[in-house]
Amino acid sequence: MSEAVITIRGLRKSYDELEAVKGIDLDVNAEEIFAVLGPNGAGKTTTVEILEGYRDRDAGEVSVLGVDPARPTPAWRERIGIVLQGTTLEPALTVRESLRQYAGYFREPRDVDEVIALVGLEEQANTRARKLSGGQQRRLDVGIALVGDPDLLFLDEPTTGFDPSARRQAWDMVAGLRELGKTVLLTTHYMDEAQALADRVAIIADGRIVAQDTPENLGDRRRLPSTITFHLAPGSDPSGIATLDGFRYTEAEDGGRMVTIQTHDAVEVLSRLTAWSLQRGIDLDQLEVRRPSLEDVYLELTES
Amino acid sequence: MRSVSLALHEFRFAQKVFWRNPASVFFTALLPVIFLVIFATIFGGDEIEELGGVKVTTYYIPAIVTLAVVSATMVNLAMNVTIAREEGLLKRGRGTPLPPWVFIVGRVGNAIVISAVMLVAVTLIGQLLYDSPIPWGRIPAVLVTLIVGASAFSCLGLAMTVIIPTREAASAITNAITLPLYFISGVFIPEDEIPDGVLSFANHFPVRDFFESFFTAYSPKTVGSGFEWGDLLVVAIWGLAGFLITLRYFRWTPRQ
Repeated sequence: MSEAVITIRGLRKSYDELEAVKGIDLDVNAEEIFAVLGPNGAGKTTTVEILEGYRDRDAGEVSVLGVDPARPTPAWRERIGIVLQGTTLEPALTVRESLRQYAGYFREPRDVDEVIALVGLEEQANTRARKLSGGQQRRLDVGIALVGDPDLLFLDEPTTGFDPSARRQAWDMVAGLRELGKTVLLTTHYMDEAQALADRVAIIADGRIVAQDTPENLGDRRRLPSTITFHLAPGSDPSGIATLDGFRYTEAEDGGRMVTIQTHDAVEVLSRLTAWSLQRGIDLDQLEVRRPSLEDVYLELTES
Repeated sequence: MRSVSLALHEFRFAQKVFWRNPASVFFTALLPVIFLVIFATIFGGDEIEELGGVKVTTYYIPAIVTLAVVSATMVNLAMNVTIAREEGLLKRGRGTPLPPWVFIVGRVGNAIVISAVMLVAVTLIGQLLYDSPIPWGRIPAVLVTLIVGASAFSCLGLAMTVIIPTREAASAITNAITLPLYFISGVFIPEDEIPDGVLSFANHFPVRDFFESFFTAYSPKTVGSGFEWGDLLVVAIWGLAGFLITLRYFRWTPRQ
């Protein structure tokens, strides 16, 4: 289970003067969905294209399924599936024909009808690619990458430009790949996508990995404060808690106050709040504790 | 063996894609026939004294076959391979176990087969509509010219993708190269109307030599087997140059 499918050590790549990847270390384990998250121009696609065997590198050790992708072999290509950043389909071929064409390139392809079901295009099986919606085209892209029955799948920004329902469908499909036992490396610049799909996330900014962990642990309260909010009814006197660090409030519409407390120790603050509330008999209406979201972490880490 | 079946697999899909593309079908299959009918109607019945009294309609059969083969190979590949490259299809294909040359062979094979279909179609139309005899005695010369020319112009089409930067530029650049060559080579205008200096200039380029080779093979005035080895050599040298340029400079990935 924990066999490393991808190992990267000290990866570097420059284009002329511009250093796009500035020393990356990364391990992706078998059967995990791993997200590389970062803003545009952070070095995501460069890194992934090095792993896919499209680009050479300036320095570093890279192993993908035990092979150096700078020297790809046909046997290695049998085991990987690639979805490029933009949709790449032959517009004149139908869904089934496109899948048949690519299935023919592999020695042991997956059944075409099975792939059609997997990407949810049963009703469009005989529709030409040019007539598909953007979301359907992207799912056909993923189907083409799956038709060779790869062990490792690369998805470069699979949902960029999608409307919310198309994204949701694409997410369900990617989550379904977990059941097939595939290892997936996906890049995205959407925080919620990484959070929804990935077992682990690496945040990349300006050519470096700035954080790498499970989505839950990336929102680590040691790094960013949790936020406690509640509502105080009109006339309630906040003295006794107004001295807490990070205490702020705004006037609420009903004349009361919306209180926000940012703290690194939510348990301590909560216990003082509840004690105060019980003692004074003042209700902590709409009490909510929010851990920093991946988005907060992401913004903090990628701002330079 | 697997390579051969893969190449056939690619060829089948290239065929499908070609016949489903209205622009390809119009420019490659229909336009040469339309030109034949127009030219034959305008100049029909005249004879060309400089060529031993060949009827103008008979002159236009090999001329239009030349046009059709160049369209099916050089123009077709220059446009469609450029588009496939810019759309990322070539890049995607390279990410599979398919050997890259199979990808190319499937498309070149498609271009050559379409050339052969067009040659047969134009020759039959000539016989049926304009009484231009099918050159039964010189079929080997016709076929050798077809194979040498279709292969050479396919290589030149692939070489042209090297200088075509974007899909928008594909049509403009191919037309800018082919249209003047058709005019100076006697494909559109009978060669007795073209100054000798222009013709001998055109002789340096493969369209003129390819056409001359077809003309000799088709002309009922030809004595002997109808092979123009000198012209075929010029065509082959151009093809080889295209092949080497393709081998050295062909790009699989879109311009960013």
